[in-house]
Amino acid sequence: MLENAYLIPIYPLLAFVIIIFATRWKEKLSSAISIAAILVAVIHSIFVMIAVIGRHGVPFELSVPFIEHPLISLETGIFIDPLTAVMLLVVTIVSGCVQIYSLGYMHGDPRWSRYFSYLSLFTFSMLGLVVANNFFMIFIFWELVGLTSYLLIGFWFEKDSASDAGKKAFITTRIGDLGFIIGILLLATYAGTLNYQEVFTKVADGAVPVGVLTMIGIFIFCGAVGKSAQFPLHVWLPDAMEGPTPVSALIHAATMVAAGVYLVARSMTLFVGSAEAAMTVAVIGLITSFMAASIALVQNDIKRVLAYSTVSQLGYMIMALGLYGFDVAKDPHSHSVGYFAGTFHLMTHAFFKALLFLGAGSVIHAVHTNDIQEMGGLSKKMKITSLTFFIASLSIAGIFPLSGFWSKDEIVAATLGHPVFMFFTLLIAFITAFYMFRLCFLTFTGKPRNQERFDHAHESPKTMTMPLMFLAFLSVFAGWVGMPWLSHGFSSFVYTGELQHHGPNYIVMLVSTIVAVSGIGLAYTVYFKKKISADVLMEKFKPLYTLLLNKYYFDEIYDKVIIKPLLAFTRMMWWSDANIIDGLVNFVGWFTIKWADAKMLFDKYIIDGAVNGAGTVCMAASWLFKYVQNGSVQFYTLVVITSAVGVIIYKVTPEGFVYYFIGVVVVALARFLMKMNRPEEGNVETEPEG
Amino acid sequence: MDIKSAAIFFDILYPEIFLLAVGMFILVVGNIFKNRTFLAYLALVGLIGALVLTLQQWNAPQSGFYGMVQIDNFSIFFNVIFLSAGIIATLMARDYLRAHNIERFEFYPLILFATVGMMIMASSADLIVIFLGLEIMSIPLYVMAGFFRNDPNSNESSVKYFIMGAFATAFLLYGIALIYGAAGTTDLRRIMTDLGYLVSHSGFFLYSGALLVLIGFGFKVAAVPFHMWVPDVYQGAPTPVTAYFSVAPKAAGFAAILRIFIYGLGGLNELSVIFWILAILTMSVGNLMAIFQTNIKRMLAYSSIAHAGYIMVALSVGGDGAVSAAAFYLLAYTFFNLGGFAIVTLINSRTGSTAAIDEMKGMSVRHPFLAALLALFMFALAGFPPTAGFFGKFYLFSEAVKAGYIWLTVIAVMNSFVSVYYYLRIVVVAYFGKADEEFAPVSFKPAIWLVLVITAAGTLILGLLPQFGLQLAQMCMFSFK
Repeated sequence: MLENAYLIPIYPLLAFVIIIFATRWKEKLSSAISIAAILVAVIHSIFVMIAVIGRHGVPFELSVPFIEHPLISLETGIFIDPLTAVMLLVVTIVSGCVQIYSLGYMHGDPRWSRYFSYLSLFTFSMLGLVVANNFFMIFIFWELVGLTSYLLIGFWFEKDSASDAGKKAFITTRIGDLGFIIGILLLATYAGTLNYQEVFTKVADGAVPVGVLTMIGIFIFCGAVGKSAQFPLHVWLPDAMEGPTPVSALIHAATMVAAGVYLVARSMTLFVGSAEAAMTVAVIGLITSFMAASIALVQNDIKRVLAYSTVSQLGYMIMALGLYGFDVAKDPHSHSVGYFAGTFHLMTHAFFKALLFLGAGSVIHAVHTNDIQEMGGLSKKMKITSLTFFIASLSIAGIFPLSGFWSKDEIVAATLGHPVFMFFTLLIAFITAFYMFRLCFLTFTGKPRNQERFDHAHESPKTMTMPLMFLAFLSVFAGWVGMPWLSHGFSSFVYTGELQHHGPNYIVMLVSTIVAVSGIGLAYTVYFKKKISADVLMEKFKPLYTLLLNKYYFDEIYDKVIIKPLLAFTRMMWWSDANIIDGLVNFVGWFTIKWADAKMLFDKYIIDGAVNGAGTVCMAASWLFKYVQNGSVQFYTLVVITSAVGVIIYKVTPEGFVYYFIGVVVVALARFLMKMNRPEEGNVETEPEG
Repeated sequence: MDIKSAAIFFDILYPEIFLLAVGMFILVVGNIFKNRTFLAYLALVGLIGALVLTLQQWNAPQSGFYGMVQIDNFSIFFNVIFLSAGIIATLMARDYLRAHNIERFEFYPLILFATVGMMIMASSADLIVIFLGLEIMSIPLYVMAGFFRNDPNSNESSVKYFIMGAFATAFLLYGIALIYGAAGTTDLRRIMTDLGYLVSHSGFFLYSGALLVLIGFGFKVAAVPFHMWVPDVYQGAPTPVTAYFSVAPKAAGFAAILRIFIYGLGGLNELSVIFWILAILTMSVGNLMAIFQTNIKRMLAYSSIAHAGYIMVALSVGGDGAVSAAAFYLLAYTFFNLGGFAIVTLINSRTGSTAAIDEMKGMSVRHPFLAALLALFMFALAGFPPTAGFFGKFYLFSEAVKAGYIWLTVIAVMNSFVSVYYYLRIVVVAYFGKADEEFAPVSFKPAIWLVLVITAAGTLILGLLPQFGLQLAQMCMFSFK
């Protein structure tokens, strides 16, 4: 199964091709094909996982040369190690759940088949990104997921906000991608190869100077910053919530945005080689995580809260990975758990965040609004949705023994030895628990704040609740593979190389549980018991509240600092185009027209009006060739003999050839003029056939 | 390397002998049986069998017939092109000929015999044997061009092809005679070894002979100004035959030219200028003329002239790299050009069709798959990635740049730009053209599907994984020693 793991991305690709080209008009069939393909991919991924476990961390690689060049050889192939196997499972499972869920959510959408074909294309790209064995391939798939993300954010492109959000996402991530490709090119220059294993061996051997390595690390991290919505390129992700909610769950919560984390994890060797780059990663991760969590506190759009939560959790993972790189760079024998924590949280987060989004989608489906201030009390109407949503919230808050508990715990453990990081990590954990339960209580408990919407609410169909329950199951149990008591658990699994087992750290567990429970408790008193009025709090911290509500004014700052000046510059260019360049062009045009007029007169005069209005050189040339191509074999042979003689003369005396050429032209012209003067003869064999 | 030369060695000609035998068998059997439907399959068996036999000779250069026949990777590479073109043309032809009520069993032996001629052309190191191969190839082709016996256009095509072909043959023979006069031999190996001496003693005759030989082959590959027969012949001939013409004889002509002018007479540096001029003339005239065509067969005729021009860039450059670039290009061209022609054959098989470009209107609605394939082949012809056309051009032009032929490359690239216009026009018509009446459906037969699958796969595989084809092409070297 491992040998043909390259098929895993191929299944959804086939589904895409079939839907686009053949079954587009048969909606039911299209979605069936798409789901069948992803289910096959899930099964295949499970087999791959089993095979990988059996290999005890020895990676599997398969590649075929793509282009070979003296400077660099590009190849296409697959690289499967434990990390890849985990990602394959996560992507296929979440994609499968989302596609089944979409059957209910997208019911009646006029672009149904297109939606499923896009989902298949996305899944193909994401799986390709995961199995790629070199930086060249990962970049190609990186761009492909960007494209499908654009297509799906703007899926309802009739809405201006949706198409704008699509463009914003595309352009913002593109800024990060520019850095990414610079990093790749630097890597190609210094390492001479783009294959993961070759690159990492070379880097580990010290073939790349540390200064350059820092640059490469930071540039490659730029790609991750764009794709994983890290500060300062995080602005696109909340807007991307304009897309259909299942899409948000799949792309903008579980998989594509995790690609940046995956990239950092995959390139860990680069960061281990440069403590500066690793620290940059960790700091960016921390800033993002804190900033996004604080914004999530005050948002009222259910999907936006989750979007900021996603940004925050991604920042968590990035920070853990960065700290690991830093610790190991400082001390190769360090026992940092950051790498394990980041990748582990990547997996658990994918499940419970997908569940949260799908739950939110279920709510939106029922009440037709995103505003949590208009909800309330929905748990009475939507039992399954509210129950699963609470499970996911408990999981993200890090309550024992749900899967989020184990991974968040490891992230906190990763900050051991960095007091500042530890403080903020715990603070973020507190904020996370608070805003998640603010969301839960406002949505599902209390009295309905909008009776009309409440009356229309209903539990979603089976196709939507089944995936919710399945994901809830995973949100509870998926984390158990990483329990610190297991000596061969997730932590040993993702480390290629020696067996790693850290054992439990009960103090960390206790502290993080206390933090989480107190966060939930505060939310409970404010939003459930209403002991403390939220409005009073809001008034008290008015400036902070406004700052958070406006998301630290990032969009406004970007508008003032980048977009406005850019537009001004563009307008200036336009002005110069309109006045200077166009003036030149107009002059050239005017001159050309005058010249053409003159030429036309000349033509008329010489050819006696035969070639009426022959304007362009091309037409004239073609006309001439048509004339030569007159269908007469005798004439053809004449041309050949003339040319042959010309070639021989050229060989003997090049000067003589000039005279010969002039002579031929004169004779041809004469013959031409004679023909033109008596067209009425209507000689059939000389009729141009061209 | 043990090279057998001073003997006959029939075994090195097994593929050709097998093809000939099958061809003659079909001629005999065709006169005995009333039900002749199986003869096309028999021809296919012959071609595929010859292909297998040919592939077995790969990487084992040998020579025989007193050095006149030379089997090396170069000849095998080209033989594979001829045989593939033959297989594809046979598959295309059967249903087309049926649709037009001109299925006569003689058609298949003719293809087989022509293929034998081409294979002899490619696997010979002696001017006289090359000439023999050329004639064995040409005469069946003249007959095939006139296969619409009751159609004046087809007759015109056949007669014109014959007259111009005979004319070219005269040039070729005279050129060979001059070379023989100058060198005292027609064996390319001996000419190559003694070239320095020959140039200093009888340079003029050698040059003149070389030029006349070049003109003779210039006809076969349709180099401007020896291309005049091409549009008339291509338009009049049955479409599968046109498809075959546009690929196989052209490849055969190039095989002969490459062997003669890059190896045998490779030392005549002054010829490079002539190739330079011919290349530019050929591609420019081909592309300019193609722009204004309204008949798709005629357009593809000019397009094939333009492609010959690109390949001539390799002749101007010379050297091993250029030979492999040209060979790779011809292989790629075989696939996408035949693919394009296969679609034209389908369109043209409908009753009352004249293969006008406007007939493509509305195709994407009625046959979306076919339209997509058409777009693929047109993109390949225009040289877009990721098709084989892009990499073919890329290797060809990069060889030219490596050898310092910057201007030649610039002109060639500009020509490619021009060509995009008329190739994309076909795609635009097929996708966006508003049909006055509904696009009449074409009838798909399994054979034509097979052709489309083979050609599309070839176009894409050589484009997506060029390394494979290129490695083969790089191994495709002459062995003269």
